[in-house]
Amino acid sequence: MDPLVIVGASLAGARAARAARMAGYEGKLVMIGAEPHLPYTRPPLSKEILAGTKDASSCRIDIDDCEVDWRLGEPASGLDLDARQVALAGGETISFERLVIATGCRARRWVGAGGELRGVHVLRDLDHATGLAAALADGRRLVILGAGFLGCEAAASARSRGAAVTLVDTAPLPMPGVGDALGRRCAEMHHAHGVELQLGIGVVAIHGDEEGAVEAVELANGARLPADLVLVAIGAIPNTEWLAGSGLTLDPGVVCDAHLAAVGSAGVFCCGDVAAWPHPLAAGELVRLEHWTNAAEQGAVAGRNAVVAPADRVAYEAVPSFWSDQYDAKFQAVGLPRRARRMEVAETGPDGERFIVLGCDDRGRPVAALAFNGGRRLPWYRRMLDGGADRKAILAAVEADPKSFAGAAVVS
Amino acid sequence: MIKVHVDMNLCQSHGECVYAAADVFELGDDDVLRWKEEVDDDRRAELEEAVNVCPMAAIRLEG
Repeated sequence: MDPLVIVGASLAGARAARAARMAGYEGKLVMIGAEPHLPYTRPPLSKEILAGTKDASSCRIDIDDCEVDWRLGEPASGLDLDARQVALAGGETISFERLVIATGCRARRWVGAGGELRGVHVLRDLDHATGLAAALADGRRLVILGAGFLGCEAAASARSRGAAVTLVDTAPLPMPGVGDALGRRCAEMHHAHGVELQLGIGVVAIHGDEEGAVEAVELANGARLPADLVLVAIGAIPNTEWLAGSGLTLDPGVVCDAHLAAVGSAGVFCCGDVAAWPHPLAAGELVRLEHWTNAAEQGAVAGRNAVVAPADRVAYEAVPSFWSDQYDAKFQAVGLPRRARRMEVAETGPDGERFIVLGCDDRGRPVAALAFNGGRRLPWYRRMLDGGADRKAILAAVEADPKSFAGAAVVS
Repeated sequence: MIKVHVDMNLCQSHGECVYAAADVFELGDDDVLRWKEEVDDDRRAELEEAVNVCPMAAIRLEG
């Protein structure tokens, strides 16, 4: 199985490397990374790095003892499964016996008018974060396109620096996909912290001045929002272009089986934001997740599966979890909220400052639980989801549980 | 026995360790993490999972 090549030097790739070593793999291990940096963790980028409370060195992922042969600063540009070679953009080819694909996603850019202007940023990589943090240093007017998790976190961080912040989204509430109760709470929170919310409206163009610097964001109703900086936070795109024509199935991530082996290959495994695999909570349908925890856990399983005997490979079926920190509030979720068709508040604390939302899919099966300042309740919900509990059973158990917020409210 | 250390200056109560090893780690009513400081050796796999899923890299095992 020598050498093992890991394409992608972020969290999933780093965890794959560690897991391969932990599983006893002692051969050559090559890691290819498009960025010049050693692996680093991304959650602080939109939080502490942007807020200026931590520096870049605090994001490093410890991988020193994994004996990695690094190829950094040059992306992979092609995969030849027959020759078992990865091509690099500079022309070099690297042979592999086993391959782990962990190329993640990149930020979706604004392709409308004004995307090229100076002062228009995206936020995905360390250099993006340090660049935007530096630009924010003297507290300027920031317009954020997209009020998803990233846009909301960046808004909170920028407010802490004194910037004037406007959040714009076509959706009627921030954090689309988490349900109305959480979305409303999120909107109230940003409003209370002085963020201007422009919701339910699209952006037409970004306008610049004569020197090519951003000046304003134009909305669909003709309003112009003055801006010194624009952050485009409209989602991410899987980095799979280098796999076009390789024979792997792209959808748009790399389609894998339950063991994270890429369909249509032998000895090729996949993990992190780029992997699409069948999940039990999705009734065996493919899911692709862009969460820290998924990259960490899935990376470890893919790295191990890549080097152990086929009979020792394990399926990856962890119940997903993720979080978002904004101001002093913590959103946490378990399961697959995107598959939920109905969201309902399952329990609320006496002061309304803590609550849990239960999400059920189109057949009424619980698929997600989301907490606002109520993370301590989520391990219980995660067990319920993992065990396939039905909605009525969960709601009845919440009512009867003295440890639930609902139970606590009744007791008090 | 395995000794479990958590750097409470780093912990942000994400609770990922609770998912990994529910009866070792627990978030209290105040959302502050509590944990057993000594755990049997046969729980090593769960503890290592807890170390790996901590977003803050706050957990360390000894022994």
